[in-house]
Amino acid sequence: MLILENLIMKYGSGDLALNGVSLRFDKGEIVALIGPSGAGKSTLIRCVNRLVEPTSGSIDVNGKNIASLKGTELRRARRKIGMIFQEYALVERLTVMENILSGRLGYMGFWKSWFRKFSSGDVAKALNLLERVGLSEHFDKRADALSGGQRQRVGIARALLQEPDLLLVDEPTASLDPKTARQIMRLIKELCSERNLLAVINLHDVGLAKMFSDRIIGLRKGRVVFDDTPDELNDTILTEIYGEEDWSGSADKKKVSAQVREHKHMESMDYALAND
Amino acid sequence: MPLVQSAGGVCWKKRKIIENTPLRISLILAGVIYIALALSSVDVNWVRVQEGMGRGLAFLGSFLQPDFFSRSAEIFEGILESITMTVVATAVGIILSIPVGVGAAGNIAPFPVYFICRSIITVSRTFPEVIIAIFFVAMFGFGALAGMLTLTFATIGFLAKLLADDIEDIDPVQTEAIRSTGAGFFQILTWSVQPQVMPRLIGLSVYRLDINFRESAVIGIVGAGGIGATLNTSIDRYEYDTTAAILIIIIVIVMCAEYASGIIRKRLQ
Repeated sequence: MLILENLIMKYGSGDLALNGVSLRFDKGEIVALIGPSGAGKSTLIRCVNRLVEPTSGSIDVNGKNIASLKGTELRRARRKIGMIFQEYALVERLTVMENILSGRLGYMGFWKSWFRKFSSGDVAKALNLLERVGLSEHFDKRADALSGGQRQRVGIARALLQEPDLLLVDEPTASLDPKTARQIMRLIKELCSERNLLAVINLHDVGLAKMFSDRIIGLRKGRVVFDDTPDELNDTILTEIYGEEDWSGSADKKKVSAQVREHKHMESMDYALAND
Repeated sequence: MPLVQSAGGVCWKKRKIIENTPLRISLILAGVIYIALALSSVDVNWVRVQEGMGRGLAFLGSFLQPDFFSRSAEIFEGILESITMTVVATAVGIILSIPVGVGAAGNIAPFPVYFICRSIITVSRTFPEVIIAIFFVAMFGFGALAGMLTLTFATIGFLAKLLADDIEDIDPVQTEAIRSTGAGFFQILTWSVQPQVMPRLIGLSVYRLDINFRESAVIGIVGAGGIGATLNTSIDRYEYDTTAAILIIIIVIVMCAEYASGIIRKRLQ
C-alpha cells in the first residue's frame, strides 16, 4: 500500500539525506525505523507526506504517486496520511477539542473551519477518540495545560480523526518517561491493529522497536542496511547501523572508557599550557 | 590565554573581547578623547541661558496653577478630536497592518510578497510622524483628516513589523502539524499562526493606541488637528496656565491608557 522507489533527498548543502531508498509496506504493518541521528529517518517519513520535498524517486500510496502531486491534490492526499510528532506538535493555545478537530481541516472549507462549524458526525467521532485515548474529561482544557503523555494522546487522536490510510510517527516517545513511552507505544499499536492501519515509526530506542514492531528497518547514511523481523536484529547488525559500541548491556567497558577519557584530558591540559 | 601556569598552580582568566592589548587601550583612549572634544565643541551662551531661566520657571510655575476653565471649550473639543483620531487611526491601522505583517513574514510568504511588504514597513518606519504629518497637511489641508492618515500610516509600519517578526518566531512544528492534516494556506494561518501570535498582537495594538494618542498631541502642532493644535495655540499666546492644563490632561489620559493596557496584557497569555 506504500511503495517507495529509489527515493533520493539532497539538501541544499549537497548532503544526501536519503540515498536511493526503496521500500514496500503493507496494510496493518507496524514498522520501526531505527538508525543514528542524521541517518535520514525523519526525512524519510516527512517525504511520504511531502513536508519535505524529495529530490527524486516515487512515493506510491494506494496506487497514487504522491511525489508528483500539487496544490489541492496534495492536500487531499495528505489528509489520508496521519502524522504523530516528537514534541506532540499541538497548537498550544487551542483547546484539546480544537486540536483533535484540526484533524478534519482537510475535509472542510475555510469559513467553516474559521467559525469552528464542525459537523455533528465529526464532533461525535472526536469525542469517541477522546474517550478511546482516555482524555474525556479534559476536552475543554488548553493543550498547554496537559502533561507530556496526555499531549501525545491528543496528537494520536488528531491523526486518527483524519481517518488515514497510514500513520507516520516521528519519535513518539523521545520526550516521555519510560513508563509513559511504553503506554503510548501500546496505544499506537492497539489503535493501528483495530483499524488495520500501516504505521511507520521512527524510534531512537531499539528496545521499544523490538518490543512493539512487526518489522524493523535500519537506516545508515540515507541507505537501508537492515530490513527484517525484530528477532533478526543482533549485535553485529546494530554495529552495522550505529557503529562500534558494546551492545551487551554490561558496564565493564565503562571502566576502560573512563580511563581513556582521563588520559585524553591530561593530554589536552598539556596542550593548552604548551600553547599559552 | 585561558590557562596560565603560575607558581601556585594553574590559573584561568576570562578572554578579553579585544585580545590585542595596545589596540584595546588605544581604542578606549580614542573614545574618551572624542567625547571630551565633542563636549567642548558645544557652544553654550550663558547670558541667554540666564534670560531663559526666568521664562522656563514661569512655564513650570504655571503648572502650580493650571487653568482648565478659560479655554475649556477648546480643550474639550481638542481632546475629543484627538481621541477620535487615535481610535479610528489605530483601528484602521491594525486592519491594514495584519495583511502587511503576514506578507512580511519570511517563513510563510513567498519572496516577492515578502519584499513588497518589508518595503512598505521600511518606508513607514523611516519617516517620523511629524514629517508625515507635514506631508499630509500639505496634501489635505489643516485638520483631523491629515492627523488620522498620519497615525494610520505610522501604525502600519509599527504593527506590521512587530507582527512579522513575531510570526517568524513561531514554533514551526505546530504549523507543520496543521499542514500535515491537509489544511490549506488560510487554515494554516488561522489554526496555527494566529493562536500563536494573537496575545502579542492584542498587546501591541493596545500599546500602539497609547502611542497614537501621545503622537496626536505632537502632530497637532504642525496642523494635523486634535489637542496638539489647541496646545500650540496656547503656547503661541503665552497662556502657559492653559498649556499646563492641557499637558496635565494628556498625562492623565496616557496614564489611564497605560494602566488599562497593563491589565489587558496580563489578562491575555
